[in-house]
Amino acid sequence: MRNIRAVAANTFREAVRDRVLYNLVFFALLMMGAAILVGQISIGIQQDVIVSLGLSAISIIGIFIAVFLGVALVSKEMDKRTLYSLLAKPVHRWEFLLGKFVGLVLTLAVNTAAMTLGLYAALWSVKRPLEPADAYILVAVYLILLKLALIVALALLFSCFTSPFLAILFTVGLYVTGLFAGDLRTVRGLRMDPSTLQFTRGISYLLPNFQNFDVMAPVVHGQGVPASFVWNATVYALLYTAIVLAGAAAVFSRRNLK
Amino acid sequence: MPCEQGALEFVDGWVRVLKNECMAQPAIEIENLSKEYPYGFLHLKRKKSLENLTMRVEGGEVFGFLGPNGAGKSTTIKLLMRLIFPTSGGARILGKSINDVSVHGSIGYLPEQPYFYDYLTAHEVLDYFARFHGLTANDRRARVEGMLKKVGLESAKKIQLRKYSKGMLQRVGLAQAILHRPQVVVLDEPMSGLDPLGRREVRDIILELKREGRTVLFSTHVLSDAEMLCDRVGVIVGGKLRGVGMPGELMEIKSHGMEILFELPNEPSNFPLLAKAARTGERYRVQLPEAELYDAFDQLKAAGARISSVTQLKPTLEEFFMNLVEADRAQAAAVEVSGK
Repeated sequence: MRNIRAVAANTFREAVRDRVLYNLVFFALLMMGAAILVGQISIGIQQDVIVSLGLSAISIIGIFIAVFLGVALVSKEMDKRTLYSLLAKPVHRWEFLLGKFVGLVLTLAVNTAAMTLGLYAALWSVKRPLEPADAYILVAVYLILLKLALIVALALLFSCFTSPFLAILFTVGLYVTGLFAGDLRTVRGLRMDPSTLQFTRGISYLLPNFQNFDVMAPVVHGQGVPASFVWNATVYALLYTAIVLAGAAAVFSRRNLK
Repeated sequence: MPCEQGALEFVDGWVRVLKNECMAQPAIEIENLSKEYPYGFLHLKRKKSLENLTMRVEGGEVFGFLGPNGAGKSTTIKLLMRLIFPTSGGARILGKSINDVSVHGSIGYLPEQPYFYDYLTAHEVLDYFARFHGLTANDRRARVEGMLKKVGLESAKKIQLRKYSKGMLQRVGLAQAILHRPQVVVLDEPMSGLDPLGRREVRDIILELKREGRTVLFSTHVLSDAEMLCDRVGVIVGGKLRGVGMPGELMEIKSHGMEILFELPNEPSNFPLLAKAARTGERYRVQLPEAELYDAFDQLKAAGARISSVTQLKPTLEEFFMNLVEADRAQAAAVEVSGK
């Protein structure tokens, strides 16, 4: 645990010193612009626009950081050979990997928390006071964070056995495919023979289902999210992330460094 | 058997390993270690980087690992540090398999051309590495401060490593390798990138580690470093160990003769030694067999010469390696001919 904590803290420190959190400035400008813009349109949809834009920005910026930094977590250390001194210490490779994962998820959590505050500030500027239903935004943000953790794990897995470019390609590819995993399971009306259909459905259960984390539509309209949905998404994310990380650790534990 | 607790004593807060207790136990034991790398488009071809390496480094000794570039020195060290994995064979350090992570708490390692997190300061990077050895915050602070002083980086400790020179990074590397007071220290080209002063400081640190009873294994290209520091050396060429022994004995460093550098006060009269000498500016340089040295001195004295230096001529490490490589090629050619 001590080793994981040390690696995680250093990963967080690296992200801060490499000015990763500067994206918050962009987010702040976006939210200010949105608040000014919606002031000029009809009152009824002000909240929808702000919440929709805010959650989308939190998600997209988060995905961007998760993919690019997630891939760089291991590959950068191998390229620059900073890993050499560390792995010669009494540290298991899986501890290093887990520490890196925790460090980046912590960075994303801080980043996401700051952006959420910005979203509430923008909302408050167009609609005072805030209502209890606005708390549902927190549920959406929580699910975005679970999604980001899963993306980091995938990026980490791919970066353990392939080049950074391919790892980015695979991670983004899997994310985009995963957005349609639910649709693949319920696919009907296509001209497919039963075996192909069964195969497609089988594959869809292996893919990470990112639809499990999408509650933007109800939250934008101020509707609640069932607790069971949040619970299922949490368990799904934890299990899937754990399996992907275990795979990454298995690959990385036998990887020859340059 | 690893060193028992009773075999340790404390000197100025440092654990000193009592040599006698540990001599029976080799600090490093390598057995039939081989490493092959796949290459080619489909990775179907394989290149042997290390071939059945078997050797021992005794507890408390300074062992030099010598060889030309690509000989397999760094491969061996990386295998010991489990940065890469062997194709076959294995190794033990302090009696434990290198795959046992716990043994790495007793090992210090300086990689070749070390590179550290450049967003950290020297103090931060040492503190970071110290955390993996379970030191308390107070211990870490004291040790890091002491180590920065030891490697001459005290005044630069608050500067980010991205602003450090190669030599300064080498010092940071050395500091992190010995910060936790390991029993076995493995240094991959520790003198690389250092100026003469830095080289001397590293030599001093290695000698200090030896005095404290620690085992040091280091790779080098520099023959004088090996001669000056090592109890024993191992010479590796083409992935094969060519021999292990005392530096002089192994390399048969015999004198090639003597070289005298001298100046003459006025226009030289002819004398036999002058005919053999080459002139560079005001100076004359002459090489001659050791047996003729005293005769040469007599001639120079008679001519009123001022002797600037007298040097023993030794083969360079390059010559030594080239001989081994040539011998390898000759042997390979002989095998090929006999095969036909």
